[in-house]
Amino acid sequence: MLQNIIEVRNLSKSFDISSKEPGLKGTIKHFFRRQTKSLKVIKDISFEIKEGEIVGFLGANGAGKTTILKMLCGLIYPSEGSILVSGYLPFSRKNNFLKNITLIMGQKQQLIWDLPPIESFYLNASIYDLDKFEAKKRIKKLSEMLEIDEELFIPVRKLSLGQRMKSELLAALIHEPNILFLDEPTLGLDINAQSNLRKFLQKYNKETNATICLTSHYMKDITSLCKRVICVHEGAISYDGKLDLLLKKLSPVKEILIVCSSEEDAIKLEKSGFTVKNKIKNEITIKIENNSITSSLKTILNNFDIEDLFINEPPIDEVIGKLLIKKDYDI
Amino acid sequence: MNLRKYLKVYKKFLHTSLASELEYKTNILVDLITAILSLVGSIFLLSIFFQNNGFIGGWKFEQALIIQAIYTILNGITNTWFNPNLTEIVKHIREGTLDFVLLKPIDSQFFISLKKINPSGFLEIMLGFLLLFFCIRINQINLNLSFLTLSLITISCSICILYSLWFFISTTTIWFVKTWNAIEVLRSFLYIGRFPLSSFSFSLRIFFSVFIPIAFITTIPSEVFLGLSVFWKIFLEIIVATIFLINSRKFWLFALKFYSSASS
Repeated sequence: MLQNIIEVRNLSKSFDISSKEPGLKGTIKHFFRRQTKSLKVIKDISFEIKEGEIVGFLGANGAGKTTILKMLCGLIYPSEGSILVSGYLPFSRKNNFLKNITLIMGQKQQLIWDLPPIESFYLNASIYDLDKFEAKKRIKKLSEMLEIDEELFIPVRKLSLGQRMKSELLAALIHEPNILFLDEPTLGLDINAQSNLRKFLQKYNKETNATICLTSHYMKDITSLCKRVICVHEGAISYDGKLDLLLKKLSPVKEILIVCSSEEDAIKLEKSGFTVKNKIKNEITIKIENNSITSSLKTILNNFDIEDLFINEPPIDEVIGKLLIKKDYDI
Repeated sequence: MNLRKYLKVYKKFLHTSLASELEYKTNILVDLITAILSLVGSIFLLSIFFQNNGFIGGWKFEQALIIQAIYTILNGITNTWFNPNLTEIVKHIREGTLDFVLLKPIDSQFFISLKKINPSGFLEIMLGFLLLFFCIRINQINLNLSFLTLSLITISCSICILYSLWFFISTTTIWFVKTWNAIEVLRSFLYIGRFPLSSFSFSLRIFFSVFIPIAFITTIPSEVFLGLSVFWKIFLEIIVATIFLINSRKFWLFALKFYSSASS
């Protein structure tokens, strides 16, 4: 049985936030009498993550996903509750703990801007106490996996965003961590670069059994990488479970476009009791519940003259979007 | 603390920051010219003050030059290490890139204090030492082991005090986010260090000894060079430097508990 590598119990985090009224008057007031209020951004959350799992954190902007990741890797001190990551209290930031984890942020970079990425890799290697031979071996292996070669020797400032992100990944993985915290790693990347990055993460997870915690606004990242998702709404967990189960529950019906041989058949089908979304000449779109798709299709194929049919999955962005704006979704 | 690892990392820091700086040759040249002109300008200014009666606060021009030499060395150290690193702390905190530093298995204070160097500051250090050797000659100072030891101790203490003050101000960024002005005030106080402490009024002497110990930074090492220093002053400088260094460390570790990282 797989062991829990991350255990979070009743975790909460509050920040003191100051607010300012608009205009000059507001600015002067803000300067002399700053009004701050304590805002609870994470509210009593609990969850566990098993070794080797890839878990996606879903939520709208400001829901608290990044704050959770930062508490998990020990950057932010929790206000209440407890966290254990790989058996360590993250905020004590013990060296053995730090050697086990990495944080990759799509919006921030650690590479030295004026130098080729290879210089940053060797700097990180010395920080993680790797000898030159081992560092070279790991750089070679990771650069092959990431499909980067010449880019290693070009100053970072001259690399494209995609090349830079790959180099960031290499810099963050040179110490072969077994827990990866990824905060929107594909942000701003083109479709191919996104797809390459996802393939790499899948491969890395498969080869090293690393645990991956990921936040992303690109649903493709979540659907292709994560079997399990944790949905965060206003600092609280609104769903924690399998992604496909969530999608089934959020979208219990499928749309089926049926092309009938004639318009008469389409009219006959329209009157046969199925929920019809629309009908244009001999093409009819009906809605069928997920659990009765097989039997319904059998009935249609046996009783009507059908030329073609298409089963349309509802767009995942739309489905998940519903979840992000609703606090208590019945799931 | 694994000293060998830290030496290895520092070697990498030196290598990467030199390589970064050498990417911009013209900038280095301009910095070098600025360092020379700044020293010449400072000596010229000092000579103007001494034109009337040849003494300020009981110090001759040749003696005051020693303070200028020590100031130049310290300013060189400031420009080589403190300026590129400690001003970067503000940026790290504002932009949230301190996250990367804190997640490395290495002391965060070591990392942010020594990661970068500005090679043009080396010239200032060299010019400072050249001026110091010139002063040793014109003031006919007898070089012996105890003199060299005391000089080394007092200059090291001055570096520690200066570093701690700067680091302390930069650390407050964790709460106040922007502290550029405070650092500028500290730098302008440092200019005062070019003049003997005895040239100021009593109240200013107290202020620059107790509240902002600029006096310890240049005057006491200079007194050692001139054989004017008394034991209790050197002892006091060691105590002050130790207190400042320990407290800057404690303050950093305390402040990190309040680090909230920048939003992404």
